[in-house]
Amino acid sequence: MRLFLLNRLFQACTTAFGVLTLVFFIQRLTGDPTALLLPETATQEDFEAMRKTLGFDRPLIEQYLSFLGDMVQFDLGKSFIQNAPVAEILASRIPQTLQLAGGALVVAFAIGLPLGAIMALQRGKWISRWIMGFVLACQSMPTFWSGIMMIMVFGVWLKWLPPSGTGTLAHLVMPSIALGLLSLATYARITRSAVVDELGRDYIRSARARGVKTPRLVGKHLLRNSAIPVISITALEVSQLLAGAVIVETVFAWPGLGQLTVQSIASRDFAVVQAVVLLGAWVTIFANLLADILYSIIDPRVRLGTSL
Amino acid sequence: MNMVLPRFSVQKSLAWWPAVLLAALVCAAVFAPVLAPLDPDRQNLLGRLKVPGYESRGVTYWLGTDELGRDILSRLIYGARISISVAVLSVLLSGIVGVAVGMLAGYLRGWWETLLMRLVDIFLSIPAILLAIITVAVLGPGFFNVVIVLTLTRWPRYARVAYGQTLSVGKRPFVTLSQAMGGSVPRVLWVHILPNIIGPVLVVATLEFGLMVLFEAGLSFLGLGVQPPTASWGAMLSTGRNYVATAWWIATFPGLGLFLLVLSANLIGDRLSDTIGKGR
Repeated sequence: MRLFLLNRLFQACTTAFGVLTLVFFIQRLTGDPTALLLPETATQEDFEAMRKTLGFDRPLIEQYLSFLGDMVQFDLGKSFIQNAPVAEILASRIPQTLQLAGGALVVAFAIGLPLGAIMALQRGKWISRWIMGFVLACQSMPTFWSGIMMIMVFGVWLKWLPPSGTGTLAHLVMPSIALGLLSLATYARITRSAVVDELGRDYIRSARARGVKTPRLVGKHLLRNSAIPVISITALEVSQLLAGAVIVETVFAWPGLGQLTVQSIASRDFAVVQAVVLLGAWVTIFANLLADILYSIIDPRVRLGTSL
Repeated sequence: MNMVLPRFSVQKSLAWWPAVLLAALVCAAVFAPVLAPLDPDRQNLLGRLKVPGYESRGVTYWLGTDELGRDILSRLIYGARISISVAVLSVLLSGIVGVAVGMLAGYLRGWWETLLMRLVDIFLSIPAILLAIITVAVLGPGFFNVVIVLTLTRWPRYARVAYGQTLSVGKRPFVTLSQAMGGSVPRVLWVHILPNIIGPVLVVATLEFGLMVLFEAGLSFLGLGVQPPTASWGAMLSTGRNYVATAWWIATFPGLGLFLLVLSANLIGDRLSDTIGKGR
């Protein structure tokens, strides 16, 4: 167990390190990152001055090492546009994005799981085909379109919900649905295949033979055993939701990390954009690590490396 | 018997609708100059934000006009060009890069395997849209930059699939035989491995096509995609968002186009994966 954990931890660290390297080099794809930080009206002198202050005139390897040094100390730098530490700017936006992601997860769970279970239990029947159609539609829906359509119908025409902004629970409804639709499809599919797998097992047959009624069978036996894939997919969904938030927050004027990213690109505040990308990657790596650990606690075969 | 036969054929032909829809959208994109009733960039400032079906000087604007009085239907047809060509190019490029990397890693094993697959892990751990956004912000927007960015973001997905498949195919006797007879690495990969792993790769590619359409539209929506005045569905939606209260048609139609395009690709991908899954 300890060996497995150490191994996974080491892997996560090398990946995190790789992400840093990748982000560092992406920013230097055009050769000079100064252009990203200054407005288009900047003069040649501004460029020189900026290069000096940020150390872009130093050799690449030196820049890289000092970048790594800052990151190891969790120093995300300073935003020149907002004149505040990047970490503070991010911290002020994180709660909103967490709220939105939480809402989306609730939507995805509450609708996706039952739909998936129904699809598996009613396999081949018309109802399961209709649900599959619905799931595929959710998967193919551009979030910015479903968001705008909801704003139009429920916000503008029917006036049931506030069209954008934040504050009350009512504000959270539409953005959560828009963001949750894609995850809903993922959950429905995963649950379906997990339940189908479990349905074929011997214990289900023997329980049926003992006369266990279907609701009890599903509630007590099936869902519990189908939970593992669902748990592990949640780790992947977290990063999907973070990424999806960029668009949903723009549509609904939701003041979270996503909106911050888009605003920062427009205002050429690259330190912030970089920090959001790194944060997204770290959250993903951490979530994956967590899922692996949970997985190995639930199912010892994983850590022993025997095939499932 | 006579009663049953026609119903059967109707059902069978209905099963083809995703392919028909996709073909229709591709045709619209290819023949845009012929099909579009008007110049997509022609502005008519007197006829701004007109409802679908609006007529003026003998011209009918079937889907209405946008905030500059341009014909939405024509822009929609030209917009299909951008969506489809960006998606096709980026699927091709990322597929080629990803499959090559995955096959090499799965076939050569050892150090190559560790190095390449670690690289794949690193790329996959950055949420795709964030990686695309930061890269496009560096390179600048535009048609080819979007293709490059999508390729850079999505190749690891193919690499994973190709790698896994190569691992299992690589142990089969015909591969060992070819090696023993002195087949070079490119030859073994091209002649023996690629044809045997292409099925699952194609499934991924179809599903990725839909995703690429959504990514391109998403980048355009954020103003990072193909630049105006070129018609692109994502950019049209972004304008439409500002007019939800007054002109519902601006955002509705491009979104519907995106939805149908992605849905048809996903349905085809789903069916492909069923068929290929059964075949094995």
